Amino acid sequence: MFRRLETASPVETVTVTVGGKPVTLPRGETAAAALVAAGEATGRTTPITGAPRGPYCMMGVCFDCLVMIDGAPNRQACMTEIRDGMRIERQVGARRIGG
Amino acid sequence: MSANWDLAVIGAGPAGMSAAMAATRLGLKVGLLDEQPRPGGQIYRNPAQPTPEVLEALGEDYAHGMELIEKFRAADIDYRPGATVWDVMAGGEIAFLRDGRSAEVQARHVLLATGAIERPVPVPGWTLPGVMTVGAAQILLKTGGYVPDQPAVLVGGGPLLYLVAWQYLKAGAQIGAILETVPRSNLWSALPHASGMLSQGRLLAKGRRWLRDLRSARVRRIRGVTDVRIEGEGAAEAVTFQKGGRRQTIQTPLVLLHEGVIPNTHISLALGLEHGWNDIQQWWQPRLDDWGRADKPGFSVAGDGAGIWGAEAAEHLGLLAAHGAAMALGKDGLDQAGVAEARGALKSVAGARAFLDRLYRPARSQRVPAADDTIVCRCEEVTAGQVRQAARMGALGLTQAKAYTRCGMGPCQGRLCAPTVSALIAETRGLDDAEVPAYRPRPPFKPVTLGALAAPAFRAKAG
Ligand SMILES: Cc1cc2nc3c(=O)[nH]c(=O)nc-3n(C[C@H](O)[C@@H](O)[C@H](O)COP(=O)(O)OP(=O)(O)OC[C@H]3O[C@@H](n4cnc5c(N)ncnc54)[C@H](O)[C@@H]3O)c2cc1C
Ligand code: FES
Repeated sequence: MFRRLETASPVETVTVTVGGKPVTLPRGETAAAALVAAGEATGRTTPITGAPRGPYCMMGVCFDCLVMIDGAPNRQACMTEIRDGMRIERQVGARRIGG
Repeated sequence: MSANWDLAVIGAGPAGMSAAMAATRLGLKVGLLDEQPRPGGQIYRNPAQPTPEVLEALGEDYAHGMELIEKFRAADIDYRPGATVWDVMAGGEIAFLRDGRSAEVQARHVLLATGAIERPVPVPGWTLPGVMTVGAAQILLKTGGYVPDQPAVLVGGGPLLYLVAWQYLKAGAQIGAILETVPRSNLWSALPHASGMLSQGRLLAKGRRWLRDLRSARVRRIRGVTDVRIEGEGAAEAVTFQKGGRRQTIQTPLVLLHEGVIPNTHISLALGLEHGWNDIQQWWQPRLDDWGRADKPGFSVAGDGAGIWGAEAAEHLGLLAAHGAAMALGKDGLDQAGVAEARGALKSVAGARAFLDRLYRPARSQRVPAADDTIVCRCEEVTAGQVRQAARMGALGLTQAKAYTRCGMGPCQGRLCAPTVSALIAETRGLDDAEVPAYRPRPPFKPVTLGALAAPAFRAKAG
């Protein structure tokens, strides 16, 4: 859906995996940006009907970007900065948040 | 980690940064909590590694923000980035999450500068992957230089929509079409306020430049669009709409929605500050005095969280709120010249706002879904029909609608569905929007795990 504007200036990068696939992107970006960079529109399926969802607001309001990060569920991808080696995976179905 | 501040500011956008700097100059001990990793707020969302190519696409307003951020960083402020506030108590205790742990601070006065959120656009298909808000797409542009790789379709209205279209143009990205949903009759209610807009020369010139550039690039603008639907199996594939009595379809995997922004009142409503309904902006805003102070002593609000005034006004409102807090705390030595300048600037912004708000007031059909099967609450997948049913069964507001439908019980706590649910209840019960009580969020404002809670005092609340 998106491409990154090319730049002539040097950029420090970080490598994460999205659904097991390595993706390299600039340090300081979020896990939601990593989904986008990986060409992945869907980050989770809903607990009730199993419908696919992806990042909608990118600013922490909608909670539609919930994914699994390093095995932990319910992480808000748009509010989570990437780290080297971070594992971002699709979250499937029902999960209690908080608690 | 625990700290004692004279003034705690929540939010590092133009309002919060300006307030914190002014309060420091007035001799207050100031701390600022912001959820983002870097200062700037929504408008000046500050990338970790800005590239010249992205800065060029964003335009000159952004450069002003970078200067403001530099001054903010140099000031003597206890700035805590990456701090998500999850509770604010009446006595000025604030609980926040940072690096997965909860911590608390204590302040004599609290200033909410939490900005705006985009209004929900509950059209059929808005939950499909590949549908986001225009603001979300702009965040991807600001923070990572992402632009659509295929012609995207922008749907809705308002200054931010045209700004982002223009930024895409500058970045060399293609736009499939702009579908304009704002009723054309809005012009008639806006026109009497045109002089206010005309007095804001810079703002006017900016808007005209965006529209002129879009025109000369032959970007397709389709006006008077109604009944927008997004279609696709598992992801957006097309947007269809009604125009001039005919149904039309545009194929696209990326649909960007925008119907303006509304104040982010989550914390101010939770605190029970008094709010009033703004019928032109179509949302609640806290009732404040001339210095940004709320009805409850010890609390103030500044910036877009106090009503949509825009980024320039946010800086002025921040300065005034800092003075209001300083006076409440018994400080003297106010910056009279600065206050007078801020008041003068705000007056002329108000004139332009009166025009813009009326011109871009969203169509009712973009706010209140006609079809009963349209999802209203994204978290709990509650439809417009279920909310209408709850209203018929006696729900007077979101709080009761929750009991019937679970809407507002998901992790977003009603941030995103409350405007739609209220409007549906008003419609079903034959009330004015202002007669449906605002929702009342409860802490924790963001999900907090028990593991994050170091202080036992908070445990009971988060449970
Ligand atoms: C997505 C989006 C994009 C926008 N882009 C533009 C633009 O390009 N140009 C323009 O003129 N206007 C833009 N606006 C309008 C914008 O709101 C400005 O008018 C301006 O940013 C308002 O400034 P502010 O200081 O009031 O709030 P903001 O700049 O929104 O800052 C509020 C800050 O509060 C923080 N915050 C909120 N809740 C919490 C919490 N619970 N805990 C901790 N921190 C919290 C947020 O992280 C944010 O940094 C945009 C609005 C949105 C929603
Ligand atoms: S995309 Fe909305 S919360 Fe992350």
